[in-house]
Amino acid sequence: MRYKFLTAAFAATVALNFAGPAAATDLEVTHWWTSGGEAAAVAELAKAFDATGNHWVDGAIAGSGGTARPIMISRITGGDPMGATQFNHGRQAEELVQAGLMRDLTDIATKGKWTELVRPKSLLDSCTIDGKIYCVPVNIHSWQWLWLSNEAFQKAGVPMPKDWNEFVAAAPALEKAGIIPLAVGGQPWQASGAFDVLLAAVGGTDAFLKVYKEKDAKFAGGPEIAKVFKAADDARKMAKNTNVQDWNQATNLVITGKAGGQIMGDWAQGEFQVAGKTAGKDYTCLPGLGLNEVIATGGDAFYFPLLKDADKAKAQEVLAETLLDPKTQVAFNLKKGSLPVRGDVDLNTANDCMKKGLAILAKGAVIPWTDQLLSQDSQKQKEDLFSEFFAKPDMSLEEAQKRFADIIASAD
Amino acid sequence: MSSLAQPEMSNSERPNQLFRNLNAKVASIPMILTALAVFVGGTAWTVLYSFTNSKLLPRLNFVGVDQYYRLWATPRWLVSIENLLIYGIISLVFSLVIGFVLAALLDQKIRFEDTFRTIFLYPFALSFIVTGLVWQWLLNPDFGIQRVVRDLGWTSFSFDPLYNSSIVIYGISIAALWQGTGLIMCLMLAGLRGIDEDIWKAARVDGIPMWKTYLFIVIPMMRPVFITTLVIIAAGIVKVYDLVVAQTSGGPGIASEVPAKYVYDYMFFAQNLGQGFAASTMMLLSVVIVIVPWAYLEFGGKKRG
Repeated sequence: MRYKFLTAAFAATVALNFAGPAAATDLEVTHWWTSGGEAAAVAELAKAFDATGNHWVDGAIAGSGGTARPIMISRITGGDPMGATQFNHGRQAEELVQAGLMRDLTDIATKGKWTELVRPKSLLDSCTIDGKIYCVPVNIHSWQWLWLSNEAFQKAGVPMPKDWNEFVAAAPALEKAGIIPLAVGGQPWQASGAFDVLLAAVGGTDAFLKVYKEKDAKFAGGPEIAKVFKAADDARKMAKNTNVQDWNQATNLVITGKAGGQIMGDWAQGEFQVAGKTAGKDYTCLPGLGLNEVIATGGDAFYFPLLKDADKAKAQEVLAETLLDPKTQVAFNLKKGSLPVRGDVDLNTANDCMKKGLAILAKGAVIPWTDQLLSQDSQKQKEDLFSEFFAKPDMSLEEAQKRFADIIASAD
Repeated sequence: MSSLAQPEMSNSERPNQLFRNLNAKVASIPMILTALAVFVGGTAWTVLYSFTNSKLLPRLNFVGVDQYYRLWATPRWLVSIENLLIYGIISLVFSLVIGFVLAALLDQKIRFEDTFRTIFLYPFALSFIVTGLVWQWLLNPDFGIQRVVRDLGWTSFSFDPLYNSSIVIYGISIAALWQGTGLIMCLMLAGLRGIDEDIWKAARVDGIPMWKTYLFIVIPMMRPVFITTLVIIAAGIVKVYDLVVAQTSGGPGIASEVPAKYVYDYMFFAQNLGQGFAASTMMLLSVVIVIVPWAYLEFGGKKRG
């Protein structure tokens, strides 16, 4: 345990070289999965990799992706690459690939027939740059969920809403019962993510793609998106009494019935599980806010920096194959609460909400997520805008929408 | 080099100025080179790359002053500058005033002076992160000061600066003052102790009231101490970052953002080095604008008394 902490603590600055003359090859893997459920999920990956005769050196970096990514990137650009590293698949590692620092996995992918296995196709697409595959997607995390507390609605004496509009209509009754209608934590990405979910749900899939994929600034400033801003204004009013920062604290408000609901990704489900709550009985989940049942295919992937050491390069190949192995996929995703990236695995033990997600996935109602469509720079500008919008009740909708359109106009 | 560093330093008959104290000069060469390469070189590099459109990796692809245009059109940067000004004025004025008053009170030959000095200086032993967390809890309306006062019976009492966009920067300043004034007090106290006892006696003989003695005799004599203090406070103002991160992470919304946080967020979080460099160059520029005229007045020109 101590060994693991030390590794994490020094990962940023110290060259870690555990490779010895032993037969098994050590491969350091960095990631930011440090909460209870996440750590359990990583342990499954490590177990599967160790079973191949190699050794997984855990390089967990605490403090979520925002803290971890700069450390990982500095290590790769600074000439001290790890064996493999987590990123959200999409554009976070784009420049590292273009600079030739990442390993091309196309051969392994062709051998393992990844193009046939990985579903939906967009996952592998976002790992592909100039026709070559650079990462292994391991799970699908979608943002499109509204988590509702059954207890809160009982207390307020209103029926459980079936979609976002009913939820907004129920807000006054919730407030009267002393319940915060919508919990939105203070971290900037929460406000920004909630808006993106509203855009896909209220505006629809086409509007979402037109704004974020085609980056149509005129459309983003137009009447259709004005409707989405109206919904965001509702959300802002419903969320005004949330005095918490972290997303899991906000989820906890829903778990304890202090808040009516929360717009949050499926990782929130882990919190409900840890608290011993049952889907359907204690809490209700509405994918796509009940309006537009789609799932965004964000998620995590592993990238492999280009290494000189032949043994380690070999171990990288083994790890890449292990990550997509059906058994690993099931074990990992059940613990993580995310959906597997291959369609041919059996997830009988999944709970109600996960099954809803799987059904939507099987129907093919998927959209790419903003991590895949926008650069980190545009994402950050968006976060700044929406965290200000949610915290400042007097910021007008017109001003917010104009600034949003400006961001889209300059987005890349 | 160790053989050179013998204690025989008294080569006073050497004529050449350049070779005086040669040991010391040789010994400081590595440090001079480091300072040049790291500070001057690093600064020049940053300024140069602020004119490029570098994203995740530095690239020499010049775009003129585009990054600066964008910077000054960004609401978050403008909020940051405004916050820095408010924070700067508050911490400058209050740490000087409170620090000096505390030092003057301690200087009255009171009992348990050591104890009081330790108490006042103690917060300075804490890092800004710890200070920030402590004050985040104290100012939290659900279990901080507001809760305590309400439990005492004043149920309408409201004090939640960290959750109110318009006053959040004052909440941060309170924590900064709590942490920093102890050190200022100690510096001032040292300055007061440096004032000759005879001056006090002379003032008393002339029948000058104590407050007048402080204001018109002692404070002007403490000019060097005040300048040192000013530099320490000013440096603390420009680089404020960790306190904000620990207390509010820039929230609510972007109401308590500061320039240093903008630089960090855009360099590493947004993977936009060019924008981060432009912002840090602006920070450097603001420091230069303040420091250079002052340094010129202080150190340049003719030597004073």
